[in-house]
Amino acid sequence: MARMKFLCDADRCIDCNACVTACKNENEVGWGINRRRVVTINDGKPGERSVSMACMHCTDAPCAAVCPVSCIFPSEEGVVLHSKDLCIGCGYCFYACPFGAPQYPRVGNFGSRGKMDKCTFCAGGGGQEETGSIEEFKKYGSNRLAQGKLPLCAEMCSTKSLLAGDGEIIAQIYKERVLKRGYGTGAWGWMTAYHEEVSV
Amino acid sequence: MSRDAGKVQVMMTLVACVRHVVALFVFSAMFAALPAGAGQANAQQPVDPDASAVKEQTLLQQAPRIEGRIDIPDKKASVLIQPAGRQWDYFHEVILHWLGAIVILGMIVLLALAYLIIGRIRISSGRSGRKVRRFTGFERFSHWLTAVSFVLLGLTGLNITFGKVVLLPAVGPEAFSAFAQNAKYVHNFVSFSFVVGLVLIVALWIKDNIPGRVDIDWVKQGGGFIKSKHAPAGRFNAGEKLVFWFALGAGIAVIVSGYLLLFPFYLTNIAGMQIAQVVHAVVAVLFVAVILAHIYIGTLGMEGAFEAMGTGEVDLNWAKEHHDLWLADKLAKEGPAGRPGPSPAAPAQ
Repeated sequence: MARMKFLCDADRCIDCNACVTACKNENEVGWGINRRRVVTINDGKPGERSVSMACMHCTDAPCAAVCPVSCIFPSEEGVVLHSKDLCIGCGYCFYACPFGAPQYPRVGNFGSRGKMDKCTFCAGGGGQEETGSIEEFKKYGSNRLAQGKLPLCAEMCSTKSLLAGDGEIIAQIYKERVLKRGYGTGAWGWMTAYHEEVSV
Repeated sequence: MSRDAGKVQVMMTLVACVRHVVALFVFSAMFAALPAGAGQANAQQPVDPDASAVKEQTLLQQAPRIEGRIDIPDKKASVLIQPAGRQWDYFHEVILHWLGAIVILGMIVLLALAYLIIGRIRISSGRSGRKVRRFTGFERFSHWLTAVSFVLLGLTGLNITFGKVVLLPAVGPEAFSAFAQNAKYVHNFVSFSFVVGLVLIVALWIKDNIPGRVDIDWVKQGGGFIKSKHAPAGRFNAGEKLVFWFALGAGIAVIVSGYLLLFPFYLTNIAGMQIAQVVHAVVAVLFVAVILAHIYIGTLGMEGAFEAMGTGEVDLNWAKEHHDLWLADKLAKEGPAGRPGPSPAAPAQ
């Protein structure tokens, strides 16, 4: 079975935020929730790079480990899902997440964050809802994976900077790109998320 | 007008001329600066757009987090990668679990051993039947406000770390989540009554908890645990003073770190939140262990001790054995009439 991963080729990202918009629209997430965001490093300086970031669906996901109610778990494809029915909104997953992925509908004073929301790799939710049902969509967003489609952020990326899919395949695509063009700043976040680099 | 136009044209030709000269100059300077043969290699090899690009590994060597500019108002989203999250995960799931289990279970084992070996410390001369007022109603209210808050905070706090190990397998995920959600709110809101209780306790008792020479004697005499020796003490003995100052220090630590956690990202960034949680958890675990010992000596461990916080009155012989200096002072003030009348609003002494 494929191990799903994201890879952002920072040499191609143009900070257009189409991935962010695609994600918001496809999953109809609430105000203030950013499952995906683009961060620009060294903004305005030589060598500036932008990286599109969401949940990386880590190996040994730290969010899942620290969750006090164990509501976060990896699917068979390595997609890190969670159950909003069990989430107590404690915010620990955000402290543990190396990528700032977990989102909460409210600011969180007095522990009022609400149920955690994050990128599901467009694979629906980790609750009891039926796959592809309206209930699942309302709670967790789109389940494209069940329809044989990949996450919309990567599918809509105008420069094909953001790659989503089987980790081995997207790593291979990135490798070939780097070999052909002769440069690359590496797969951002891979060492932290998957304990490996894409070696070229 | 035409003269002006002519002027402009002359100026423009002049500027263009200067520009050409400068360009030629720069061009030749560039060639002069290049080492021999480099010009040819440059033409063959493609330019490297990453020559000045930032690399993840370099950035992480320079700083613990990679931060940048974002297009959304959420400030904390500007942190792109913070590998420290995994270290915090290790703290929370490995270090804290072991630390908490060893410290708290270790204390329970120690207290059980103390009970088995030393046993309940009796009033050696028996009860006199005469009572002495030790704590006013307001003092007892302050103590129990803090105590009840502490027990609730301790249990709900331990649930966040150990609930999924101890309780979750027993009651199932739905029931445990419902409980944990309520426990979280109890923890958040009971914190306020704990703060009020601690402030009252400190205001009422700080003057009786200033360390003095008598405390050294108390420790030298074995703190009342050795039957043949008498350990002298004022209103509070050295052991109680230690609990007082520990409660004050640990209390401030858990209150400050706790309110940082209760208002996330107001005053701190992600690293601050992690440190606040570490401080909160470590201090709280030690706090629970110390208070377990405090509860033991105030109930099971010593005959006649609980009454002080229960009814507020202790037996005269108990006071003689454990707080002789305080008793002498109190009796001197109130006269030898024995049982004192209604106690004054201000704490004794």
